[in-house]
Parts: sequence; C-alpha cells; structure tokens
Amino acid sequence: MSSLVTPKRIPKFYRGNAACPGCPIPKELDVLLEVLGNKTVLVVPASCTTIIMGDTSGMPSTVPVIHSAFGAPAAIASGIVRALRTRGDKDVIVTVWAGDGSTGDIGFASLSGAAERNEDILYVCYDNEAYMNTGIQRSSLTPKGAWTTTTPEGKREFKKPLPFIIAEHKVPYVATASIAYIYDYEAKVRKAKQIRGFKYLHLLSPCPPGWRFDSKFTIDIAKLAVETGVWPLFEIENGEFRLTSVSKTLLDKKNRKPVTEYLKLQGRFKQLTEEEIKGIQEEIDEMWEEIKKLIKK
Amino acid sequence: MQVLKRKTLALVGNHAVAYAVKQSKPQVLAVFPITPQTTMLEKISEYIASEELKAELIKVESEHSALASIYGAALAGARVFTATSSQGLLYMTEMIYWAGGQRIPIVAAVATRAIAEPWSIWDDHQDFLSKRDAIWVQMMAENVQEAYDMTIQAFRISEDERVILPVMMGFDGFILTHTMERIEVLEDGEVDNFLPPRQFNLIDFSDPIGVGPIATPEDYIKYRYEAMKAMVRAKGVIEEVMNEYERISGRKQNGLVECYKCEDAKYVFVTMGAWSGDGKVAVDRLRNAGIEAGLLKIRVFRPFPKEKIEEYLRSMKGVIVLDRAYSYGSGGILANEIKATLYGYRVPVYSVIAGIGGKDVRPRHFQKVIEDLINDNLEEERWLL
Ligand SMILES: Cc1ncc(C[n+]2csc(CCOP(=O)(O)OP(=O)(O)O)c2C)c(N)n1
Ligand code: SF4
Repeated sequence: MSSLVTPKRIPKFYRGNAACPGCPIPKELDVLLEVLGNKTVLVVPASCTTIIMGDTSGMPSTVPVIHSAFGAPAAIASGIVRALRTRGDKDVIVTVWAGDGSTGDIGFASLSGAAERNEDILYVCYDNEAYMNTGIQRSSLTPKGAWTTTTPEGKREFKKPLPFIIAEHKVPYVATASIAYIYDYEAKVRKAKQIRGFKYLHLLSPCPPGWRFDSKFTIDIAKLAVETGVWPLFEIENGEFRLTSVSKTLLDKKNRKPVTEYLKLQGRFKQLTEEEIKGIQEEIDEMWEEIKKLIKK
Repeated sequence: MQVLKRKTLALVGNHAVAYAVKQSKPQVLAVFPITPQTTMLEKISEYIASEELKAELIKVESEHSALASIYGAALAGARVFTATSSQGLLYMTEMIYWAGGQRIPIVAAVATRAIAEPWSIWDDHQDFLSKRDAIWVQMMAENVQEAYDMTIQAFRISEDERVILPVMMGFDGFILTHTMERIEVLEDGEVDNFLPPRQFNLIDFSDPIGVGPIATPEDYIKYRYEAMKAMVRAKGVIEEVMNEYERISGRKQNGLVECYKCEDAKYVFVTMGAWSGDGKVAVDRLRNAGIEAGLLKIRVFRPFPKEKIEEYLRSMKGVIVLDRAYSYGSGGILANEIKATLYGYRVPVYSVIAGIGGKDVRPRHFQKVIEDLINDNLEEERWLL
C-alpha cells in the first residue's frame, strides 16, 4: 500500500512554493522524494524549479538542494557523488532535477558525459517541452507543430528523442513516466533507487501557461498524452525495452485515442491544420511500429 | 634557523605542480587536456592509477564540467583540484564565477597561455587576468620552485576559515610548465602537518539547506560585501600561511610581493610571473652600470596588495610596469592597477606591453626601457613589438 494515499502524510516537498497554479512540478517532486527518502541531494539547474525552490529566505524542500548553472547539473552531481563516496557516504541518492532545455540542449554534453561514465546518479528530466522559465521559448524537446514564443508559426523540427539517446549510452536504466500515472512513476523511482550507475527518468510535465490550457486540465492532459500514444510509458533496463502501465495495451492501434483529443485541449496547437494533425497522427503510429520492433518476443 | 637537508628533484613545472597536488591529497580531481597543461593531467592520472594518490579523478567531457564537478565535490566535503589554460579557462568561466560567488574552496592551476583568435599556444597572461573579478585568490609563480610551493599553500589559504575562497595558481605556459628545474620538495609528512583535513561540507541531511538559490537584491549585495571582506582578510592569511611555510621549508617566501633591490632604488620594474627572473638579471646589470634599479614582483594579484605596493613605490622617480595582458580600449591591466594604487603620489608610472602571445622578452629589453626612461625618452605606454 502506498503511503501516498494516506491523507495524513507530510509532504516531502511542502505546499507554499512558487509554482504556477496547476503546475505538476511540486507533486512530481513530492512523489520523487517520498520514494527516495531523506538521504537525497537534489541538483537543480536554472529552470522553473529554481524559482519554485524559493530564495535565500528559505526553501520548500526537505532535502539539500544544490542549485546549478544551466549547463552543468550532471557534472555537479558527478562531483557530489564522488565526494560522498570518498567520505564513505554510499547510500545517498544524488539526483538531478532538470528541465528539458537543460537536459536536451545546454546541459546535453554534461549529461552525455555523466551517462558515458556511468556515474552513480539519478537524472530526472521534467519535460515541459520548452524553456518556460524565460517565457516559453522552443527547446529541442518542443514537439513538432507546437507554438512557442520563438516558433510563432509552430515548431518545424521533431522532438529530440532523449530517452532513446540516453539508452544508447548503455546505461543500466532509462524510463519514461507521467504524473497522471503516479504508481507507475513511483515504481520506476523505486527501481532506479536500487540500481547502481546512471539512471535516467523522463517525465512529461504539462505546463498550463506554456501549453496554453486551463490549469484544471493538467492531469487530464498528462493522461491523454499517454492514452493517445504521444507519450509511451516504458523502461529500458539493461538494454531490455518494456512497455509499462496502460501503454502495454496501446500496441494495438485501436486502443489508442486519436491525437486530436490531446491536441485540442492545448492552445499551443491551435494553429495546426487538419493536414498537419493528420501528419502528427501518422508519426505517432510510425513510432508505435518502431516500438513493436523493440519488444523482445 | 636550522636548515634541513632537503630532498631535491629535477622536475618540469607541470610535474612539480602535480607532485605538490599529490602531496596535498585532494580527494576529487577533474581535468581536461589543453596545451600546455596536459602533461600535468597525465602525471596526475599516473599517480591515481598507481594509487600513489588515492583520489577520484573525474574524466569529464569539458572544462565547464571539470570545474562544475569539483564544485559539486568541494561543497560535498572533498578537497579538490583542477588545472587548465587559455581556452579551457574561458570555457570554465561560468563555473569560475559560480565557485567564487558561492565561495567554495577549490584550487586550480592555470598554465597561462594566449587566447585565440588567432590561435597561439604560447604564453601571456590574458587568460589568467581575465578572471580578476571572479572572487578568486590569484597567485602567480616566478619559477618551478614557486609553482610547487604555491600549490601547497593554495590549499591552506583556500580552506582557511577566515578566507574560504577558491584559489588560482598561475604559472607561465611552456616557460615554466615545460622547463626542468632543480627544486626542493617537502616530505609527505610535513605537507600532512601543514594541511590538516578539510572542514567544509554544505550537505547536511539533518539540516538541509539550499546552496546557491536566487537572492533578493537586499541579500545579493550582502553576499558580495562578505566576499569583499573575505578578500581583505585573505591578505593577512596569505602572509601568515607563507610565513609558516617559510619556517618549515627553510625557503624565503616573500608574502604578497617580492622586493628585489627596490628599497634603495629610484627606478623600479613591476612584474608578475616568470619574466621577473629576466627582470632581476636586468636590475643587476643596471646596478653594475650605476643605475639605481629595482624590481617589485607581484606574487599575489587578488587580493591586490595595494598597501605593500604603496609602501614600496610611493617615492620612486619612475615605475615601469611590464604587462603581458591588456585591457583593450583601456591599458595594461597590471599598469592600471598600479596607477590606481599610486593615485595621489607624484610617481610617474609607465606601461610597457610585451610578451603578448609568447613574444620573446629578454633582460636587454628591460634595460632599454629603463635607459629610455632616464633619458626622458619613454612614452606613457609602449608596446614592445
Ligand atoms: C548559460 C545560461 N543561459 C541562459 C540562461 C537563462 N535561462 C534560465 S532558465 C532557462 C530555460 C530553462 O528551460 P528548461 O530547462 O526547459 O526548464 P523550465 O524553465 O522549462 O523549467 C534559460 C534559458 C541561464 N540561466 N544560463
Ligand atoms: S511555467 Fe509551467 S513548468 Fe514553469 S512553474 Fe509555471 S506551470 Fe510550472
């Protein structure tokens, strides 16, 4: 039985932080810390979370938070874990908590370096699919077709497939997750906690102001991303690919909801033509054909 | 003072610094290859592979990550070290400011080298001096012996609770990194006594804090004010540490500045780094020719030893500052500092820019400028092209 459902549980990540209404980050952090426990160090690069973490007068976190330069979190985490190891502190989970811009763009070299060295860290990318902290500019993880302030006509390029790129580094564990499927997310964090070496977790994080939706829809959108097949839930453990949770049922196309259900709730896709939406649907279907090939019979 | 028979070694500068690092026992290091620092990194890798130095060497993918990773290691309680040069130092720059702003004890050796464009692997001080506002203690060695001594001292200074600042030890690329000299080294045990285990760790699970959060304008300026005061305190600590090192090593350390025949001099060169040696040769020759020349060597550039400089230079008839780095649109960097220090005194200060991009400078060049000065023939700023 998960402690999450106990109403009296004290949140590890306190209410009263500086997130926007409807932002999933506080809840995502709460789940993370609940599973990881108090011997966790969070490394947080420049992002929305920097602000959420409060200022010099205090912070909402129950564990140490090390703020990081935008491009450096995986390197800072590497240093922390090495230092703790030389001091004999072996049970501390050093965790990077980074946005998609830090992860896929400016910090990509340091992330790839740490993955290649198989540093004993957990790297969590919360993916709100743009640079939200600086006001919704595109990142390499913004999906094709999405409006941002720097792609007013809709982004023309594909979303960088980061979980697969990291998996190509042959790290022990890579997984995707969603705040709408908390038990799946929790299970993956729990698994990552047990594994030595580099663990990568990629969370899709719907962002009300950035994606242009009413803040009451955060969880609905997170859920639809999974149900339409836009955001498959999977894990790659020692090279073995496995779908998890409801995504297991989505290999069959007829179980997947049409992508319009996901797109229509978000203002960032409102300029898409029927033709473009059709294109997006086709790309999702193609992705699932690829996923089929990844699954060992 | 009883002078012990010291162990002497013949080492190139990079290996002398690596040796000092090994004796200082950092627990976490990260370095990325760049000429002319690379052979130091190789030597350190050998020490770690052979377990002569028991430490974690993080084989990072860039200098930015090199400094970032030891930044993390240092705040988690490890003694740390890195080394770089030129483009590498520039690539680290963001993290250099982070380390200074957060006041993390870190020691970095900088084999000074000109900055592209155009490419140059040769020595000048443009890289080192470009970091003058990053809240780091900056020292500059004259020879391989000083590079060795200063490296060990750097750890002590950096970790002193009155200071807690990162320290950069500069030494001239190729001129020192690749030149073999006979140096005296301390015994391992002596270094152990000189460098007690590090007492610094910002990660505390019983009282977790946020390191480096966003600061309100009210707070930010206070952080910087504290950093300013730490730099002021560092002056005294550096002298104290060097004096203690002088006692155990039996070698004169000279503190913040070294005065070479400048007490009774009328004309003085101000230098920093390896060419101070050439300057001293020039001073001797000028003295033989009856000219009252001297040389003031800046050993510590940050904190800038204004008081000492003022004391030595305020009554000179002429001061010639030799600069290997220039602030374009303003002037020689060291010269500007000296002029500011001597503000209010009627001391003429001349700026000579030389050795940029490794251009050869010899004692005769020093002699020539002082002779020109005496003959009233030296312009306020001269480039030795
Ligand atoms: C070197 C550097 N360049 C630019 C910035 C400005 N900056 C701060 S946060 C940010 C975007 C962060 O985007 P992301 O990583 O996706 O996190 P999010 O804000 O979406 O949470 C940028 C560009 C910076 N802090 N450092
Ligand atoms: S902009 Fe988006 S990701 Fe950032 S705090 Fe607001 S809701 Fe959260």
